Amino acid sequence: MSAKDRVIVGLATCGIAAGGVEVMEEIKKEIRNRSLDVEVNETGCIGYCFAEVLVEIDKKGMPKVIYGEVKPSDVAALVESHLLNGEILKDKALLIEGRKTPEADFLKKQKRIVLARCGLINPESIDDYISTGGYEALKKVLTSMTPEQVRAEVLASGLRGRGGAGFPTGQKWDFCAKAEGKDKYIVCNADEGDPGAFMDRSVLEGDPHAVIEGMVIGGYAIGATHGYIYCRAEYPLAVRRLRKAIADATSRGFLGENILGSGYSLDIAVKEGAGAFVCGEETALIASIEGRRGMPRPRPPFPAQKGIWGMPTNINNVETFANVPWIIRNGAKKFAKIGTSGSKGTKVFCLTGKVRRGGLAEVEMGTTLREVIFGVGGGIKEGRKFKAVQIGGPSGGCLPESLLDTPVDYDSLPAAGAIMGSGGMVVVDDTTCMVDLARYFLTFTQMESCGKCVPCRLGTKRMLEILTRICKGEGKPDDIDLLGKLALDIKEGSLCQLGGTAPNPVLTTLRYFKDEYLAHILDRRCPAGLCVDLVTFHIDAEKCTGCGVCMKNCPSGAISGERKKPHIIDQDKCIKCRECVRRCRFDAVYTV
Amino acid sequence: MPADCVRTSEKNAGASIVDKILKKYSGEKGALIPVLQETQEALGYLSEETLEKIAMATGRTLAQVYGVATFYTQFRLEPIGKHLVRICHGTACHVGGAEDIDAAVCGHLGLPDEGGTTPDMEFTVEKVVCVGACSLAPIMIVDGVAHGRLTPDKARNVIKSYQKSGKDRQVENSVSGKKV
Repeated sequence: MSAKDRVIVGLATCGIAAGGVEVMEEIKKEIRNRSLDVEVNETGCIGYCFAEVLVEIDKKGMPKVIYGEVKPSDVAALVESHLLNGEILKDKALLIEGRKTPEADFLKKQKRIVLARCGLINPESIDDYISTGGYEALKKVLTSMTPEQVRAEVLASGLRGRGGAGFPTGQKWDFCAKAEGKDKYIVCNADEGDPGAFMDRSVLEGDPHAVIEGMVIGGYAIGATHGYIYCRAEYPLAVRRLRKAIADATSRGFLGENILGSGYSLDIAVKEGAGAFVCGEETALIASIEGRRGMPRPRPPFPAQKGIWGMPTNINNVETFANVPWIIRNGAKKFAKIGTSGSKGTKVFCLTGKVRRGGLAEVEMGTTLREVIFGVGGGIKEGRKFKAVQIGGPSGGCLPESLLDTPVDYDSLPAAGAIMGSGGMVVVDDTTCMVDLARYFLTFTQMESCGKCVPCRLGTKRMLEILTRICKGEGKPDDIDLLGKLALDIKEGSLCQLGGTAPNPVLTTLRYFKDEYLAHILDRRCPAGLCVDLVTFHIDAEKCTGCGVCMKNCPSGAISGERKKPHIIDQDKCIKCRECVRRCRFDAVYTV
Repeated sequence: MPADCVRTSEKNAGASIVDKILKKYSGEKGALIPVLQETQEALGYLSEETLEKIAMATGRTLAQVYGVATFYTQFRLEPIGKHLVRICHGTACHVGGAEDIDAAVCGHLGLPDEGGTTPDMEFTVEKVVCVGACSLAPIMIVDGVAHGRLTPDKARNVIKSYQKSGKDRQVENSVSGKKV
């Protein structure tokens, strides 16, 4: 790209929220003040989200270094040491090119196809995209392939929908291509509503042109005349970068009328969602684009036959589209070599929760959960013990340690009771109560249920009531059976997959963590010490040094004691806010 | 000016904004949601009169427009306070202690844990589902500015800084950034 020394700052939402803009301003100021000839640029998500703000420095004659947790106050030292004196600032260096650091595993164990450009190019520069092979696939398709050939190629690659259901993309395109209609629509589902998932946001913010290129190729393959990207309004930066990318692509002839002189035309508009999880469901998404309440309808007819305004419509997820240019450029055969027999390619996961190195992890299909969590993620934070991993958000399940060797693919995860889902992977340790976690997900699905069908609307409500009473210590012995029965009825009777998958977190926690349910119901005890109605707080007289910090910070004045003598908590006054647990430096507060 | 005159002139200003937005989208199929989004962006919330006006202009019944406005969590039918505090309740934030952040912020502002608007109309506290910045959990967004890696103490301090200056102020020890 450039012969100059370069500094790149990761400015996706996480980076900006961590103060990336300030860091970049400071770097520019420092470089100006010292009259250095250095290019300062921004990029999307570099992926090491656990160590934001991230700054990469590429100085000629030195290995590339990624610095982590950079604050504006670190910038002067960083510029002086690395750019001026040519010395790596070791304390802040996260990754040094060619050298073995523990953090190097984070990238080494990944295989990046979808995220190949994320964190490397400036997402707002179409030239950066083109110079890294961008829009070559589109040129190839428009100059040398028929729509049938494109569909056959995608089918042969074995690419399956990355939004969760895993339907073969080539087959889906075939249905829509063969449907009759005056107009045809191609839609990118960027309504990433799963709590704990942000991979689509990262791709849209880090490499928006890849999604657009994939959409135009898909549009050509099915004969689409119009395109929509349905993006969450909660992702303002992604929406802004998409709009810019669409404008840039149109001005270069990759989008709009008569694309690259081929005679094929496609326009793409961004539609912002308005906050409804159910709009991730295809028929609900269509209703929302048409300006109605986003409620699903029975299928058939499928969107491929009757979608937006009654016209054939094809909907794919962000990550699915982002795979398409790679497949066309490198060939279906090469793609099909990656992954397992039933699941080809890679999958991007958002590794979050109590894992040491949380961030974006793109791994080959078939990689085990253990490799993702302990290899890429570096294990559990603060030396605590792994308890479970929650995969697939509210539609997914919680898997225990004994299933850590499960490979991530479309067949193995459902067999264990979870789903591939969109790719959220939340790791929890022994301080998380599994009943509370199930309650959390049911609170979510119950709130997001559109209310159209009874099993979902009332069933999730009843399940939530039962889980809430168990967490309060008011559970009844037959609640476990009742939960199991309700769960199966809701799965079977719901109109769409929101209800169809809503019981999964309950079913998997019942299957793998039944002892925790029993402890709550029979012993009125929360093993993780989290459910406030079931725990009381005490001070260990052996560990307490009588420093008085807890007493000073207790908002209800429940702690008393003389200086340098063990303190005690008055149970009548304690409001169980945990402030003392957080404040104590001697780990002296315990729960019973 | 007497109070009701002020209200009338505000109303007129609001009406002309809605007219402008309606004109921009006139003739566009299925534009109800963007119309509501832009109107709320301009006026802060959607009043009954605003909804009536939009219904008339788009040829829908008030019930249909009200149905859409109440279906999506983004839309508000009540005015909000000067500062909007959105506490994230995504999974990573939940296991990271988002409920403790609720308790700290709402407790400090004298609101129930579910949130709401303070009587002086200074703060509105909302729970939101996943802002997609899970690596900075637990996180809250105040007037579009993200504050991450919170503890109850840090969260209280963030709110205090808005109470003191009424402006965005960097808070010590907390990860704070610019509007995204």
